[in-house]
Amino acid sequence: MNAPTFGPTSYHPTKGERTSLEIKDFNLWYGAAQALFDVAMDVQVGMVTALIGPSGCGKSTLLRSMNRMNDLIDNLRINGAIRLEGDDIYGPAIDVIGLRKRMGMVFQKPNPFPMSIAENVVYPLRVDGVTDRALLEQTVERSLKAAALWDEVKGRLKENALGLSGGQQQRLCIARAVAGDPEVLLMDEPCSALDPIATAKIEELIDELRGNYTIIIVTHNMQQAARVSQNTAFMYLGRLIEYGDTKRMFTNPIEARTQDYITGRFG
Amino acid sequence: MTTETLTAPSNAVAARRRRTFGSDVSASGEPAQWALGGALALGIVLIAGFLLLVFWNGVATFFPKPIVALTLTDGSTIAGPIRRSEEFRVPPNELASLPPPVQALIRDDGGMAERQLIQIGNFDLYNEDFRWVPSYLVAGASRPRDLVLMERLEWGPFVGRVKQVVEDGRPLADGDPLPTGLDAVHRKARDRWQQIRRIERGDIGVVNHDIDGIRLEVRRLELRHGPDHERVVAARRAAEPELARLRTQYDTLAAEARRLRQEDARTTITLADTGGREKSMRLSEITRFVPANDLSLLGALGVYFDRWGEFLADEPREANTEGGVMPAIFGTFVMTLMMVLVVAPFGVLTALYLREYARQGRIVAIVRISVNNLAGVPSIVYGVFGVGFFAYLVGGSIDQWFYAERLPSPTFGTGGILWASLTLALLTVPVVIVATEEALSAVPRSVREGSLACGASKWQTIKYIVLPRALPGIMTGLILAMARGAGEVAPLMLVGVVKLAPELPMDGFFPFIHLERSFMHLGFHIYDVGFQSRNSEAGKPMVFVTTMLLIGLIFVMNLAAIVIRNRLKRKFVGAQF
Repeated sequence: MNAPTFGPTSYHPTKGERTSLEIKDFNLWYGAAQALFDVAMDVQVGMVTALIGPSGCGKSTLLRSMNRMNDLIDNLRINGAIRLEGDDIYGPAIDVIGLRKRMGMVFQKPNPFPMSIAENVVYPLRVDGVTDRALLEQTVERSLKAAALWDEVKGRLKENALGLSGGQQQRLCIARAVAGDPEVLLMDEPCSALDPIATAKIEELIDELRGNYTIIIVTHNMQQAARVSQNTAFMYLGRLIEYGDTKRMFTNPIEARTQDYITGRFG
Repeated sequence: MTTETLTAPSNAVAARRRRTFGSDVSASGEPAQWALGGALALGIVLIAGFLLLVFWNGVATFFPKPIVALTLTDGSTIAGPIRRSEEFRVPPNELASLPPPVQALIRDDGGMAERQLIQIGNFDLYNEDFRWVPSYLVAGASRPRDLVLMERLEWGPFVGRVKQVVEDGRPLADGDPLPTGLDAVHRKARDRWQQIRRIERGDIGVVNHDIDGIRLEVRRLELRHGPDHERVVAARRAAEPELARLRTQYDTLAAEARRLRQEDARTTITLADTGGREKSMRLSEITRFVPANDLSLLGALGVYFDRWGEFLADEPREANTEGGVMPAIFGTFVMTLMMVLVVAPFGVLTALYLREYARQGRIVAIVRISVNNLAGVPSIVYGVFGVGFFAYLVGGSIDQWFYAERLPSPTFGTGGILWASLTLALLTVPVVIVATEEALSAVPRSVREGSLACGASKWQTIKYIVLPRALPGIMTGLILAMARGAGEVAPLMLVGVVKLAPELPMDGFFPFIHLERSFMHLGFHIYDVGFQSRNSEAGKPMVFVTTMLLIGLIFVMNLAAIVIRNRLKRKFVGAQF
């Protein structure tokens, strides 16, 4: 068998109006260990892009590089570039906090803050110093409706968010992520801690949010990727193996490794 | 072929597992369970035993004990409550002086005899408060109803009979066991005494304070401009009429006090001990009559709670062995509160920097180890540091700059409640730092990331998310610090605790809170009453009562903190998913 050749491969995804995030030859090291190798892809605006691949392939690392969450880690080194609407997010002029305000993020485990439901939703506005009650109330309603949670919690907005169920908490986190009106929504395995019903709700929600936001979702669940995304990127051992239209990827992958992975032969 | 060898079960391992299952003592952990349970039981027994000892002695102290009158073999009588009894070895020379049948009895007991400790009181007559009475010297015992224990302002209690009470030259009719109408007359006398005290300590104190204020004002000007400057002369002249007015006021008050004293001296009481020796004194000098042998249970309970009231609300008398401990309760409470107010921000800020901002490297590790080691420094060392640094250096400088007119008598340049609080804050800050660091590191990374991903800065994340979440843990640290600080005595002896504080750290004089004043403390009170007083036997019950009170005070303060913490916990940590 021939040694596998890994290259930065991008196979023309379904085009949106324009490119939202442009990743160019992105490399990343944790100390001496390289985690990402020459990743290059253009995330299309208003689309759902799924990142799939076996554990440890670097999908979460790539996602967390997009809003510089990885800055919290010591000994991290990168080269290459990621551009959001043309702004180099690792550029010297960038304001990291400002950058994060342009991106919402939903995590693997629901992480509501120990506050009331309403306060959770408007947290991004609070840190911006917004005190206008009308605007805050309006944001609470709009975001909770966007996250399909409004009907369930509208009577108890003042209650502690930690009293919600897991699925509700995750939708609350989505509401929080969209409250700041971001351009991009990053989702790191948002359904991995949820039961199938809650998962279905979130997937529905992702489908509804598409168009208004550029969504990038990391998932282990191939069916989920197939259901919710328009474009899929398959990563393996820190490299982007194949990137393209989801339907095409799942029916007619170009790379053999993609084929092996989505048919369950490894991973 | 190779796969088969790998996956085939190993018979030897399987057999071994079956053989040892359930039969191996070290695997079942039963001895460990016994050891763990035993350790817990031992701890509980020690703590419960200690608390029981303290509470039993503390609770019983104020209950009136019956007064026993003993007739001795030499014909004399003594009377008083029995404190305790014990076996003792009779000294040979004393044994030789006893009649032969008694000698024989004692020899049969192996040279041992029983003796009782009687609180005979009447220190002014006998020069002792307590006497050991061996049982072989007792010819007879009784509990006469007319024997009364009288608590006095001076000389300790008097045990004996009330011979006569004279009010304004008119004697009261005899009663049984106390003269009729004594209650009303006594209350009147006590009220008058309170009034004298109020004038002498209160009103005259205000006048003195004002006079002192004028003197200090002039002295301040002298120090600034020199003694013969025109402004000093003017100020001196301006102060004259005010001073004259105050002096007249002083004279009026002093005259009033003198008049009351003379009136007070006309109401007297004559007491007699069991032997018939008499003693006269002013009625107002007696604080309480306890006819212990003539009390119903209700009456006894009345005395009991009255004594508690005095203990909790009054100032101490008689080298702290009598009266109350109110100043000590107050001092302990205020000092502990101030300590917490200082140590909380100091410790929390330090821990925040160490955990959240400092680069986790060698230097931070060294700092952390040093902080932990500080917790092991003997507390007396903190006391030495406190008196050297806070009192003499900082306080001395404050005196030089702001209170120069009062020198050479120090204001802040000596021990005081502020320096004591700061010293204890320093002593307890490691506890708070360690607890806060633990609490901060227990805040899940996911919540911090959630906040940062919302576009919050690091400081906003700490302020809105991390600190509220860590607050219950920080409170736990503060509770530990508080318990340690409130019970600490050694360093306080150097930085401001005194045996008897003339004034509380709070009063009606501007600026109302006097942080420079020395204060009393329950812990030091225990030491002082138990080991430093003229009469350790008299102080012994007070040791238990005061210990009980200190434990109670710390318990209440801890309880309050725990209630607050649990409320915070429900609010901020809640039911985690």
